[in-house]
Formats: sequence, structure tokens, C-alpha cells
Amino acid sequence: MSALIFDRFAYTYPGRSEPALRDVSLSIEPGEFVVCTGLSASGKSTLLRAASGLVPHFHGGTAGGRVIVGGLDTRDHGPGDLAQVAGTLLQDPETQVVMQTVGAELAFPLENRGLSRAAVARGVEEIALTLSIAELLERPVDQLSGGELQRVALGAALAARPSLVLLDEPTSQLDPVAGDELVWTLRRLNEEWGTAVLLVEHRLERCLAHADRVVVLSAGEVVCDAPPSEMLGWAAEHQPALQTPAARLFERAGLRPPPSGVKEARATLQSHGLLEPAAAAAAAPPERKRPRWPRRAEPAPPSALSCRGLIFELPDGREVLSNLDLSLLPGERTALMGRNGAGKSTLLRILAGLEPPTEGAVEGEGRVALLLQNPGDYLIHERVDGEVAADLLADYGLEEVAASHPRDISGGQRQRLALAIVLSGSRPSAVLLDEPTRGMDRAAKGDLIARLNALSAAGTAVLVATHDTELAAAMAQRVVLLSGGRIVADAPTAEVLSGGWHFATETARVLGGQGQACTPEEGGALLRARMTIEATP
Amino acid sequence: MSSLASSTVLLRARSSVSALYGFSLVALALAFTHPLVLLAVAAATFGAARLSGCQQQLRGAVRFAIPLALMLAVINALLVRDGVTVLWRFGELPLFGQVDVTGEAFVYGLLLALRVVVIIAASALLVAIVDPDDVLRRMRRSAFRSALTAALATRMIGVLTRDARRMDQARRCRPDGGGSGRRAQLLMVGSVAAGALDRAVDVAATLELRGYATRVAPPRGDSLPYSRADRAVLASALGLLALLVVGVASGLAHFEPYPRITIVTGLTELLYGGLIVLTALAAPIIGERGRRR
Repeated sequence: MSALIFDRFAYTYPGRSEPALRDVSLSIEPGEFVVCTGLSASGKSTLLRAASGLVPHFHGGTAGGRVIVGGLDTRDHGPGDLAQVAGTLLQDPETQVVMQTVGAELAFPLENRGLSRAAVARGVEEIALTLSIAELLERPVDQLSGGELQRVALGAALAARPSLVLLDEPTSQLDPVAGDELVWTLRRLNEEWGTAVLLVEHRLERCLAHADRVVVLSAGEVVCDAPPSEMLGWAAEHQPALQTPAARLFERAGLRPPPSGVKEARATLQSHGLLEPAAAAAAAPPERKRPRWPRRAEPAPPSALSCRGLIFELPDGREVLSNLDLSLLPGERTALMGRNGAGKSTLLRILAGLEPPTEGAVEGEGRVALLLQNPGDYLIHERVDGEVAADLLADYGLEEVAASHPRDISGGQRQRLALAIVLSGSRPSAVLLDEPTRGMDRAAKGDLIARLNALSAAGTAVLVATHDTELAAAMAQRVVLLSGGRIVADAPTAEVLSGGWHFATETARVLGGQGQACTPEEGGALLRARMTIEATP
Repeated sequence: MSSLASSTVLLRARSSVSALYGFSLVALALAFTHPLVLLAVAAATFGAARLSGCQQQLRGAVRFAIPLALMLAVINALLVRDGVTVLWRFGELPLFGQVDVTGEAFVYGLLLALRVVVIIAASALLVAIVDPDDVLRRMRRSAFRSALTAALATRMIGVLTRDARRMDQARRCRPDGGGSGRRAQLLMVGSVAAGALDRAVDVAATLELRGYATRVAPPRGDSLPYSRADRAVLASALGLLALLVVGVASGLAHFEPYPRITIVTGLTELLYGGLIVLTALAAPIIGERGRRR
């Protein structure tokens, strides 16, 4: 019996004329690991909600065709019944927990199944150990970070050991380390428990290597359903925005077939003799880089925004920022990276004047604009054109949705609108952005990068707190790495993102940091140069 | 509260028992106006909070209660014309007519204020010591829809508080600071309210996805036996309820504010107040001692 079957399923949300899903047919077998991807608003989340029974039972609307989950037809069984066979994790972890403590949250789905107290206790213990959240069991959920909440919500979805797990961008709030851990955990559950996985994800580079199949949606239709390497070949021709960085690296180097992960890419490059042996690469002297700071004789340029001796303590005395110094030059583009809870968002809020530091000072001339994590928080009017002036709407490509309610526009449009709001008025001396690419596809990311580059060219300092190494590599000149409220690395982007494993781009991981290449373009150029040398007699 | 869940006797007790304990203190404060009894209930409440590590919640509640209580005291003194000891004569005032502040109305107002503070403090203790997750579990079997609403409401308080905080920060990030005046405030309130609907739908969807609506009953005989903490807190709660019944039935701690203040304060009242404090604090004190042994 298949874990999940979509049979010519179509669905239209209430009040909409365009269907969100059209004639979708696909099946997932027990033990399969399937990734579902597509550009924004392609119907991925709706597909997941249909598999969990929320569509149409919870959302209403018009549905046609059938969805069968673990033998239960969603026309006859609602989300409560389907929860017996499928665990679901939706996008926003904040609304994915319903109890007061982590232990109660994990016990909740087991109690709802009518399990005995002993079975519930054992289930909670097992899932807590599996997801490494045993130390959180007694903690109130409102004291957890976004990443911790995500793991707890995943735990609640998996606690009853469902035969099918449905996940909607579970890594979107996680730092690279936690994101990798989560995907590996899913793989382990998939291999050891035989759990079928349907994972909706934008950042394909995180999960493609683990996938058996990739389903691509476009305008509510399945346009590709194939193994990862075949899908990447299809994407190169039909939807280049879905290519992974490693696939783009291979495309730029003229290599085929596109690799589904780092291991496969390295194996191919080694077979072509394009990778230096690890020892040689390690022994190679680092390239001399242009010094970031001017020499002593030159006067130091005035910074657009700086802080000195910054300390921030929570009411319980826990130190979030610890004696932190940072200076941003006018026009400089900097990425602020670090694990969940490292203090990135706190630093941005203090720099923008939203929170006073416990100690230390922030100095800067001119306005500091801050775009917080959730762009929806900026939208308070009934219509999009109530938020900013018409000329700005046109500038940000939003004139088509001017009459819409801000909550009805897509995530990418909301992000642009929020950016337009914070950048309206006089040009800021510094722009700070907190995780701006969460849930964003690559096309929308490209648009954001172009806007940040334009701001930087006009002399505005740009500081982006992000977990997205690909964004940092494409946008930033400098990367500041925070850990435990302290700066542990502050160097040019190539130096930071090519030298590590977790805080490294996929290109850098494929090339093992050689040539300090971080983007597919840089890596492609490096490989082509090597091919040319090898081809020269 | 939840972080202390395993640390003290009152917090370790099952929700039905700790709710009964908190309720009996609230009921005592509601039943008596005698200052000695009110002070005894106050001492019992704050003592229990201290022994349970919930002082912070109580302090917050009392800070909220004091202005309300003082307002009540002032209104009583100004509006009530009973009592024979005139302290101040304000003469004819528009709307109020002849205003004489009597000593009896003044004292009774202060006692009413004390009662309000004690009731709010005891209610805060009740909220602090009862585990809402346990309440939801128990209610789910008997009153599914109420439990669902309560689950949503409990969860939404935290979610919406954080939403409002974030939206306020976003407002301050606008170049114009989000505007000012009534219109800007209305926009903000409207936005939070609209967001609340979305949030409530999301949380309700999660409850569905976790199988809350399936209502599968747990196996019979699966309930936990009464623990030492349960027994200790239950004994205290029943003792307090017994004191309440005896006090009300026997007309103990008689108090008459008008026309002259009559406060019967003898050995019986002193003993009664002492018994309230001892009974209330017996569970947390003896329970903790037993645990340390």
C-alpha cells in the first residue's frame, strides 16, 4: 500500500478563481524520501496541506480527484484521523506548538492516540533523544528560540512514529549546522524506521543528496517527477532558478551530469583530475588578500555605523552579547552569521536603536533602517498602496497588487513591500536586514541582492543577518561570524565561507576551499582555468 | 510556572488538587471582610507563593490590584453616607449632593481595598500553581469544545503578546515612526486583531494535525495514583474548605461597618486566622520536609 497517493487532485481556495493545484497525480511509497520544490506560489504548501487533510477539511474551497494517505481517503477522513498515519510540520514553528512545556508538547499527540501513560512517557523520551532535545523537556515553550521551537514541533509531528512525515520548509529558521542535523535526522528516520518523507524545500542543496525523487510544481501542476540528478538536468533547461549551486558550478565548468550533492560532485571532479589532493590544498599558502583596513598612514574613513563594548544581558542575567565591537563603512556589504541564539537579531535591534544595550555605545550618523525577520509585521493598512507612495510601489514592482490587501500578496512581494516601507523617506546611512531570504526562491533572492547592491553603491552600509551562505557569498564583501555573543571571525567573505564546513557555500565544500571560490561563478572559472592548463600540451 | 513544575509541592500536585487549594483561598477572601481573616488569608497566600517560588507572579498581580483597590476605597469614602463619625464635610457638590466623609465609610473602604488585593493575589496563586496543560488534558474528556477553546486561548496569549511586541518594533522601524495619534493606534490595533485571526487559525490547524479532535480515550485504570504531594495539598485544601464552612456557618469573625464599626476580635478570631495560615502552609512546609528527608 502506498504511503501517499494523489489521483488527479485539483483544489481551489475559497474566494479564488485560479486553482492552487491542478490535476496532480503522484504517489509516494513506504520508505521513500521525496523532496517537493518549485518557485514561490507554485502550490507546494497547498500540496502538503492536502496530504495532511487540512485541504479541504479545514480551509474549505473546492476539491476534485482524491488523496489517499496510508489507505485513508481524505474525502472521508479529516486531519484528526490522518494524524494517526501522517505527522505534519507546517512552516511557522511559532504556531506549531500548543502546550506550555516541551514535554507536554511531545506527549500531546501520543495522548490523543489514547496511549497508556507508560507508552506516552516512553514515546516522549525516545523522540527527545532522537532529536537531541532531552534537555529541553522541562522548558516552557515560550522561552525557546526559533530553532528550538522548530525541533520541538518536528518532535511532536514524529512522536507517534507516523508512517508518513510531511514537512514544509523545516530548515527555514535553522542555522546551517542545525539544518544539516535535521535533514540527517530525517534520513535516519527514513532508513531505520522506514518512514516515508515528503519534504517541501527551497534550499535544495540541503536535502537533495538524501532524496530518492524530486517533485517540481509550477502553477499548481507537477512539471517534473524524477531522481535528483535527472531533475537537475531538467531544471537546467526549464527552470534554472531551481538548480543547486553545485549544479550551476558544473554547468559553468561545462561538466555533466549535474551532481545531486557534494560527495557526488567531488567524486566527479576527482575523476577528472580537477580537485587538488586534500593535503596539497591544505599546504597551499593562502592567497594574499587586499587588507580590509587602510594602512596606518591613511586616515581611517568614518564609519556609517559602529558599536563599541556592547554588552546585552537578559533580565535573568544571561549574556547575549559580550563586549562586542563592530564598525560598518559607508557602502560596505556585510553578512552577519552564526548559529541560532548567537545574538544576531539582538545586535541588529540594538544597532537600530530598538533596544538599549546593557553596556556600550552605538555611534552613527544618519538614519538606520531595519527590516525585521517577519515582513508581515510592517503591514498595517488595508491596501498595499496605503503602505507606501505610488512611485515607490512602481519602483519595487508592486503596482499590480496596489489594490490588494497586504496579507493576500505572496511572501516575496511582502518582503519587497516591507523593504520599500523601511527605505522610504531619506536615504539611510545603514540598512540592517534580519533573515531576509526565509522562504524565498532564488529568483526573488537575486532581486533582493540587486537592490542591496544598488543601496551599497549609493553609499549605504548594508548588514544582513543570515543563515543562507549562498546569499552571503553572492552579496557580502565581508562576513562577521558570531558565537555566544562574541565575534569569532571577521574577514572577507571568501576567506570565511571557503574555509569551513557548516558556514561554507556548497561550491566551497565541493572544491574543498580551493582558490577560495564561494560562488558557482567563481568555482566555474577556477575549474575552467584548470581544464585549460591540463589541455595545454 | 512550568519551569518550576517539578520543584515544589504545590506545583508538583495534580492540577485538580492544586486548583482546589487555590480556589479555597479565593473563597475565604470572598466570604469574609473581617480584617484579621483577610490578613490571615493574605499571609497564607503570600507564604504559599514564596514556598512555591511564585512570588513574582503574585507581585505583578498585586501591582495591578493596588490602584484598583485604592480607587475603590476613595469611592466608598466619598459616596457612602452611612456611619456616624464625620471626618470631613465637603458640603454640597455638583452630582454628588451633600458629601460627608465618615470614619466608618473610610475604614470600610480600606477593608474593601484589602479584600480586592487579597482576592486578586489568591487568584494569581491559583493561576500560577495549576498546570494548564494538565487542565486541558482532563477537560478534554468531559468538555471537548471548552477544552479546545481554552487550549487556543492559552496558547494565543503568548503568541499574540510576541506578535504585538514584534509589530510594535516594526512600527518603530518605519521612517515616520508609524505615525502618532488615534488613527495610528487604530491601525495598529486593527493589524494585530487581523493577525490574531490568522494566528488562531494556524494554532487550530496544529491542534487538528496533532489529533486533538480524535478523542480516543486512554486505557482504563491508567490514571496515576495520588502522590505524596497530591495528598499533602489535598489535605490542606480540604482543611481550608472546612474552615470556610465552619466560619460561615457559625458566624465567626463578625464584622459590621455601619453605623459604627463593630469588629469582633477575640481569641476565637485570632485562633481562626492562625488556623487558616497553618492549614494553608502545612502542605508546602511538611511536603518539602518529607521530600528532603
